Amino acid sequence: MGYQLNFGWIPQYMPVLLHGIGITIYLIAVGAVAGCILGIVCAWTRALGPVWARPPVAAYVELIRNTPFMVQLFFIFFGLPSLGVQMNELQAATLAMIVNLGAYSCEIIRAGIQATPKGQFEAGASLAMSRIQTFRHVVLIPALQRIWPALSSQIVIVMLGSAVVSQVAAEDLTYAANFIQSRNFRAFETYIVATVVYLGLSILLRFALDALGWVLFPRRKAAR
Amino acid sequence: MQRRSFIALAAALATLAGATAPAHADALETIMETGTIRIAVPQDFPPFGSVGTDLQPVGYDIDMAMLIGERLGVDVEIVPVTSANRIPYLQTDMVDLVISSLGKNAEREAVIDFTDAYAPFFNGVFGPDSIDVGSVEDLDGQIVGVTRGSVEDLTLTDMIGDGVTMRRYEDNNGTISAFLSGQVELIATGNVVAAAILERDPDIRPEIKFLVQDSPCYIGLNQGEDALKAAINEIIAEAKTDGSLEAISMEWLGQELPEDL
Repeated sequence: MGYQLNFGWIPQYMPVLLHGIGITIYLIAVGAVAGCILGIVCAWTRALGPVWARPPVAAYVELIRNTPFMVQLFFIFFGLPSLGVQMNELQAATLAMIVNLGAYSCEIIRAGIQATPKGQFEAGASLAMSRIQTFRHVVLIPALQRIWPALSSQIVIVMLGSAVVSQVAAEDLTYAANFIQSRNFRAFETYIVATVVYLGLSILLRFALDALGWVLFPRRKAAR
Repeated sequence: MQRRSFIALAAALATLAGATAPAHADALETIMETGTIRIAVPQDFPPFGSVGTDLQPVGYDIDMAMLIGERLGVDVEIVPVTSANRIPYLQTDMVDLVISSLGKNAEREAVIDFTDAYAPFFNGVFGPDSIDVGSVEDLDGQIVGVTRGSVEDLTLTDMIGDGVTMRRYEDNNGTISAFLSGQVELIATGNVVAAAILERDPDIRPEIKFLVQDSPCYIGLNQGEDALKAAINEIIAEAKTDGSLEAISMEWLGQELPEDL
């Protein structure tokens, strides 16, 4: 006697599911953009920035990369209120994702920056570009291009890791799946749906990041 | 002791009246003869029963058992049980009473008998004094934390209107943490969980706002033991009026007994 799959509950819980998907997309969109900006600033500091600023950034990166995401999230959501910093679950989840991706992308982007040949800096300087201009036009874009696949993967990993924000009752896709599962007792089907949606989101996200790469790096062939 | 003579009298009367009693000896008679009452208590369900630092069971149910022994004037033999085997212990005559946070339902009533309620056990909405909520209607616009999929979650979700936001946490610890860290001001949970929070003596105290579902605890005994039942009911009624049950409730649940228990 096989297990009888039953997906009859989907229409009833569609709003919950869509809301969850919306929150997950929101989290990854805000998290990825802000996280990468934070990562670029941190990477610049660690690779080229003022010497005094390097140790605190290094400490931040090591702290985040060597502790579990869930603990960071709990620290922000359950811990910070003791210090008077009160955030709702969505703000806490967003902040946790930005901080987390910021640290990982910092290291990835720094690798790209440090792989830049010295001649490229000198070329920028010989064109009378300021240090910031050189970084912006001559160093950063080729560096990002070099590490774009690694950065894309990290963003996808962070999106999948966002599932744990359901632990602080942020109403993402996993929260929706857990909620539905606690009502219809159809754990198997519910998590099949969640899995398929996550898979779809990952594929879409990779596709979007690849497309963004094409837009950001038009000189793809020249750089190779 | 007037009380004892009353109970002895009640027992005697009940024995006389109980001509239809089952073939085996009347439980109350046996207890009085041997001077020992055997009572099943939980050891894995604080604050009703857990193992204390001296490895002896302690808790609401144990105090209740001791109270009964004291009022009957007999020794108490504590028999630790689990929630799965507490009723079989009674049915196989290993114990005279089960005081193990036992709720009443039709299935159980078919196989054993119950005395009056001796302990409150309910789900409700809890929050600090500063929040003025007295009924489910008052919840409008409020945020309520709850453990996802729990009885209180399912029951309360059916009761509330659209204006109420429910925050659902993975387990009771999540709900407790959210409450203690001020992430939610109201929680829907059991009085036992609220008692566990109160035990930590927090700044924000969860006071009961209104009941969601009430299923108090009863003492279980074998069917046909009407004399014993009458004697225990007498003790419970007395303990309710003379404040001794109130004291047990304050000690283990941190709350006064509900009026209607």
